[in-house]
Amino acid sequence: MDFNAGFLIISVVKITAVLAWIYGLLWVLGHASRAVKAVGVVCAFAVIQLALSVRIGDSAIFNDFDQGLLFQACTMAMVSLGLNLIYGFNGQFSLGQWGFYGIGAYAAADVTYRWTDGDARGLLVLGIGVMLGGLTIWGVGQLLRRYAGMPVLSAFTLYLIGCVAAGAIAVWLGGALNGLLAPLFGTKGAPGPLSSAAALQVVFVLAVLIAGGFAAEVSFLFGLPVLTLGSDYFGIATLGFTIVINTLMVNSDTILPFPEMKGGRGMIGIPKLTTWFWAFLFLVLVIIVMRNLIHSSTGRAITSVREDETAAKAMGIDVAANKLLAFVIGSFFAGIGGGVYAHFIGFLSPGTFDFLVGFNPLIIVVFGGPGSMSGTIAASFGWIFFLEGLLRVILGQMGTEAPTWRFVLYPIALLLLILVRPQGLLGRAEWGFLRAPEVQPRTHDGPRATPVPAGK
Amino acid sequence: MPQTAASATPSLARRPGARMAWIGQGFLLLLALVTFLILARDLIRDPRLFVQIVISGLQLGFVYALIALGYTMVYGIVKLINFAHGDVFMVGSFVSFYAVTRFQLHVWPAFVFPTLPRGVVVVIGSLTVMLLSMITCVALAVTIERVAYKPLRDAPRIAALITAIGVSFFLEFFGALNFVFSPRFIPYQRPFEVVTWYFKDGFHALIEGTAPPEGSITFSNIFVIIVAASVLTQVVLQFLVRRTKMGKAMRASSFDKPTARLMGINVDQVISFTFAVGAAFAGLGGVLYAIAYPSIWSQLGILPGLKAFVAAVLGGIGSIPGAFVGALIMGQAEALTMGYISTPMRDAVAFTILIIVLLVRPTGIFGEPEKEKA
Repeated sequence: MDFNAGFLIISVVKITAVLAWIYGLLWVLGHASRAVKAVGVVCAFAVIQLALSVRIGDSAIFNDFDQGLLFQACTMAMVSLGLNLIYGFNGQFSLGQWGFYGIGAYAAADVTYRWTDGDARGLLVLGIGVMLGGLTIWGVGQLLRRYAGMPVLSAFTLYLIGCVAAGAIAVWLGGALNGLLAPLFGTKGAPGPLSSAAALQVVFVLAVLIAGGFAAEVSFLFGLPVLTLGSDYFGIATLGFTIVINTLMVNSDTILPFPEMKGGRGMIGIPKLTTWFWAFLFLVLVIIVMRNLIHSSTGRAITSVREDETAAKAMGIDVAANKLLAFVIGSFFAGIGGGVYAHFIGFLSPGTFDFLVGFNPLIIVVFGGPGSMSGTIAASFGWIFFLEGLLRVILGQMGTEAPTWRFVLYPIALLLLILVRPQGLLGRAEWGFLRAPEVQPRTHDGPRATPVPAGK
Repeated sequence: MPQTAASATPSLARRPGARMAWIGQGFLLLLALVTFLILARDLIRDPRLFVQIVISGLQLGFVYALIALGYTMVYGIVKLINFAHGDVFMVGSFVSFYAVTRFQLHVWPAFVFPTLPRGVVVVIGSLTVMLLSMITCVALAVTIERVAYKPLRDAPRIAALITAIGVSFFLEFFGALNFVFSPRFIPYQRPFEVVTWYFKDGFHALIEGTAPPEGSITFSNIFVIIVAASVLTQVVLQFLVRRTKMGKAMRASSFDKPTARLMGINVDQVISFTFAVGAAFAGLGGVLYAIAYPSIWSQLGILPGLKAFVAAVLGGIGSIPGAFVGALIMGQAEALTMGYISTPMRDAVAFTILIIVLLVRPTGIFGEPEKEKA
């Protein structure tokens, strides 16, 4: 066995550096001064960008393998943050996150893939569909306010009918508009304005956002009836969702009318548009949205559902609505993560979205500590860099069979963690930016002795 | 949820939405009607094919019944979805595989008593193989329970569920190592030969290598054995739960654990026993499943396990006859989907049924309505 000690040391240094970088990023984001914040974020972006591009000898400090790990870690952090919102903060044990991740990945990939083919229908149909779907959900929701106490199944039926109608309109409208846009793509010899690289970048960003929105709307329709189940039934139902989505992906060219997804053979030729800039931007946006949500009154309502549903109800909190909200936002993050993932890997296969792999975000959330955003982010990066990166390489050097041992070690580590430290490695500790803001004591209510941190 | 909406309503006037339950009910009725019409059309179009599919569904359903019993019993007592149950089932089929191919256990009486007729040898040998699988599974399940679940008895339920997922993963991927079961699909060698009969103007044995005549319905001795084993198991379990002291202790622990403990029942022992009984049936199911669908691998147990769980929920979790009936319905649903819609959708149907059942009647067919929200 030829063991490369130099590689081991470099990897450990890299993992430490990445974790320190996360800590630094969160600290800088939480800095009181706005100028420091802006400069710090740019610096955080630039440090990794330099590591990716500055060459020492014949490879960059972060070589292609590390770059892949970095992007994977960013998407995993988004997906796991979404799951942490659902499971860690809202207490709903979901195994469906991987299904929404897959939906996001395939939806975003389909948009840009078709676009590079000179076909705007993917963007138009999906974009209009997501917009109309959102409008329908909002409209039906307004309508249903007048009918308090409606059984979930009836509400679900109405939403479903509305969304199916919206989808049909989107398909028709998208097809019609596509004919108008087609000349703007130009031909092979003379590309039109829509074939330019800049247009593709815009489409990519739109595709990722649309993918998130689509995943969120699917999660709304699915979560509305299913969230009323108890916690472990909900877990099994969401697991079933992931399995069904995977089955549909395998048969996307036969059962579903998407020949370009190529079913079980995998979708190749997705434009590789995710650069470090986009991965970083989406990650930071997700972190900011998540943090501001958690420390808002909505976030406290979501957390209160986890603590005690009955008490939350007694405080006037709409338990069902808050569960649904957490589920939808969590799935939105998963969809965005999927869109970013699809465009750096350039190849989607249903095997990636298998439900067995889908336990990874759950394990990450449990490791980092349910209810700890910093823990989830650190665990995502640590998980990808340590287990997918270092351990894979080391085990790969040890023999052909050794990589399988990774999957034997995960569950053992999970078991030990649950038995020894069930609150996760970080517990509920938060770093820098993610810490609860100090609440200023209100003077007109009478003075308070000490400021009370919110969200406790 | 319908029942909470109805029970928590003081008056209809203040909650006008409660009057609109018909929308959801109509939607479900429409779904049921469409399913029924499609099935009726298929039955009329080709009754022979329909009966053949129903027979294959029964075969599947009776195997699911064996697995579902373990889920329903364990859930009834510790309120835990024992994810690892499906993998115990997988281990059962692998134990029988090694017993047959490596150790020739299915013909051991022929070595000891060479004069025995062939039929007796095969029967005793196959029973030995099944027994060995059952014993191995019992040992495995009791170990899992002691190591992974017992320390978490007072922890939140989700912690135990995550542990169960961890154990399940461990078994799947440990089994995928080359020196254990290997990650490949392995062709299973049956301990006995398949005999097929066909029904057309009375029962006839099918001569091997020939096609059954046009318009006949075929079934094999595997089908007969699975049905017999499953029904026998059901009878044994009913006797165990209704007539023995241990069964009484199980019912008491399931009803109220602290009180059962006060009455002098060793609840830990009862829980271990429940896991053991469930694992024994899973082991038997693993052997029969591998005999019926002779290709095994280390992730064999996941989907049958999940579907058996759905069957247990459908029948009313905690209820033993419920698991049986639920499994038969699941088997039919799956076989009809495979036959008339498309093979890949078989998994989708199982989970659609789960969601519909949980929405319409969360306690399942045989379950008693919940006393109060725990």
